[in-house]
Amino acid sequence: MGNSVIEINQMSKSYELGGETVKALQEVSLQINEGDFLSIIGPSGSGKSTFMNMIGCLDKPDSGEYLLDGKKVNNMKDHELAAIRNVKIGFIFQNFNLLNKLTALENVELPLVYRGLSAKERREKAINSLERVGLGERIHHMPTQLSGGQQQRVAIARALAGDPPVLLADEPTGALDSKTSKELLQMLKELNKRGQTIVIITHDLEVAKETNRIVRIHDGQLYENGGDWFEPSRIYQNGTQEYQEQ
Amino acid sequence: MNLVESIKMALKSIKSNKIRAILTMLGIIIGVASVITLVGVGQGSSQSVTDEIGSLGTNLITLSVNDTESVQLKDDHILEFQELNGISEVAPVVTGRINAKNQDNTAQVSITGTTPSYLTVRNLTLSQGRFITDMDDVLRQKVVVLGSTTSETLFPYENPVGRSVQIEGVSFQVVGVLDSVGTSLGTSGDNVMIAPLSTTQRITQSTAIGTVYFQAESEDYVNRAMFQVQGVLTTLFPNSSDYYSVSSQEDLMETMTSVSDTMTLMLGGIASISLLVGGIGIMNIMLVSVSERTKEIGIRKAIGANRKSILLQFLIEAVVLSTLGGFIGVVIGLGVSKLMEVFSSITISYSPFVALLAFLFSLLIGIVFGVFPANKASKLNPIQALRQE
Ligand SMILES: Nc1ncnc2c1ncn2[C@@H]1O[C@H](COP(=O)(O)OP(=O)(O)OP(=O)(O)O)[C@@H](O)[C@H]1O
Ligand SMILES: [Mg+2]
Repeated sequence: MGNSVIEINQMSKSYELGGETVKALQEVSLQINEGDFLSIIGPSGSGKSTFMNMIGCLDKPDSGEYLLDGKKVNNMKDHELAAIRNVKIGFIFQNFNLLNKLTALENVELPLVYRGLSAKERREKAINSLERVGLGERIHHMPTQLSGGQQQRVAIARALAGDPPVLLADEPTGALDSKTSKELLQMLKELNKRGQTIVIITHDLEVAKETNRIVRIHDGQLYENGGDWFEPSRIYQNGTQEYQEQ
Repeated sequence: MNLVESIKMALKSIKSNKIRAILTMLGIIIGVASVITLVGVGQGSSQSVTDEIGSLGTNLITLSVNDTESVQLKDDHILEFQELNGISEVAPVVTGRINAKNQDNTAQVSITGTTPSYLTVRNLTLSQGRFITDMDDVLRQKVVVLGSTTSETLFPYENPVGRSVQIEGVSFQVVGVLDSVGTSLGTSGDNVMIAPLSTTQRITQSTAIGTVYFQAESEDYVNRAMFQVQGVLTTLFPNSSDYYSVSSQEDLMETMTSVSDTMTLMLGGIASISLLVGGIGIMNIMLVSVSERTKEIGIRKAIGANRKSILLQFLIEAVVLSTLGGFIGVVIGLGVSKLMEVFSSITISYSPFVALLAFLFSLLIGIVFGVFPANKASKLNPIQALRQE
């Protein structure tokens, strides 16, 4: 077992909605190691987004402990969390979330701007990152001049630019056709082969089966094959059967 | 993230929506430009008033009678003034408005009946002929000296000296023409004619001396001379001090400057209000901008922007808009003042201080009205912001 990059212990989060308490996460625990290629899969409303917000330091849990890259982040203040997001996490979103008024290069540079790097250093790193995703020729294109797949690659370049220990992808293929999705997953695989830790949040088993480790989430609880508390729900037994049938 | 980066970012975002930026700046542009122009007009008129009063000499003392029934000045009173120490010249004045006519040319002018001292006391000069003399007054000669405009109106093609004009049907001989003195305190000093005191009293059917001008021997005697004049008046007309006033040029200057200073302040105040309205416009647009760019803010926050960076980004945008507007406003304000000066007779004084102040004020407005939207942006929850379309 490698070094753990993410260590979550007994994390809970609930929302108050009209007097009713929704337990979006119920004392979940998860350890992600360096070099893991992991997917978190679950149906709508299962708590995927909530969990991803926690992993991505966009939100704070009600209780539990979260160690990210050896740092305890569950009690951090807003500006500390911003700095953590900037350095430790590379986000990839379903709908790319590029800034349309900036060129590909400027988009990729943005996290480095907030990190306070010099213009020269930023540029070097951003170009390097864009070359890694095969867009070295298109650094001055605007997002609207790029295809969906290319835009998502710019987003990956942006996520990679600051060399974060974790890439966190939320439905990264959700807005792409199947061929482009395959290419994108291939690219993530390659990145993982070179040691990049990647976490994919998805509801798509096709995507999940490309990863090395599948964690299921259902009603705010985690289940993992081979884990101590593996209790597959019926939906996912079916899902697994479908997968096995293919 | 440093300030230079923030400014670059703000400029980029302003550039991406030029028309909106210009419309937003318009309020500030108009505000700053009008502050500069209006304060320039106000200060210019204050300046020209002071210059005019100063050009009459600081030795001048004016006695104005507001009630000629209670205070009836006679020739022997005037003589009494002449006896006073420290006073070199005394010029009593009767005024009236009359119709003058030379064949087909007519003019409605003000006539000043006075003595030869008037020429010295009021610093006038002749372009042609002579001024009225003591003999003219004593003999009630029907002679007039014309102001330059009156001369041009009545005698457009000929030399008026030696010719005659009809004043209220009576024939007068023109003996001289004055040099132009320009517009003074809003009224033309050239649309006049001057005749002997006695003759004028008869033609206007009024003996009331409304004004007496005195010339002090020197500036140092002005206060003493005023005191003496007042003394004489108190003896002649006891308990009537409400019906006349004695003032020096300095008093007049002070009054006029305070009047035009008030005017300047008012004009500046009105213009400042438009600057304030411009600031509210900026706040309005920035608020729209924040809600339009909620997604952008969410993305920036997700990839590591902290509150301070977001606050700074939007605040700088507001400040850049307002200072850019302020700068354009300064340029336009100075340009408009220059044009007004060229194409009208208004004197406008340029004050770099006012321009700087207006500019700094626009900067301040950018900060004050930018803080609220910027703060709002910085407090957005990144999760909710990302969810926005
Ligand atoms: N801000 C919120 N306020 C109230 N309840 C919330 C909030 N966010 C999530 N929830 C609730 O928490 C539960 C988990 O929601 P979550 O968004 O994590 O689901 P999800 O797995 O991402 O679903 P989907 O696949 O549809 O995006 C749901 O029951 C949801 O209604
Ligand atoms: Mg979700």
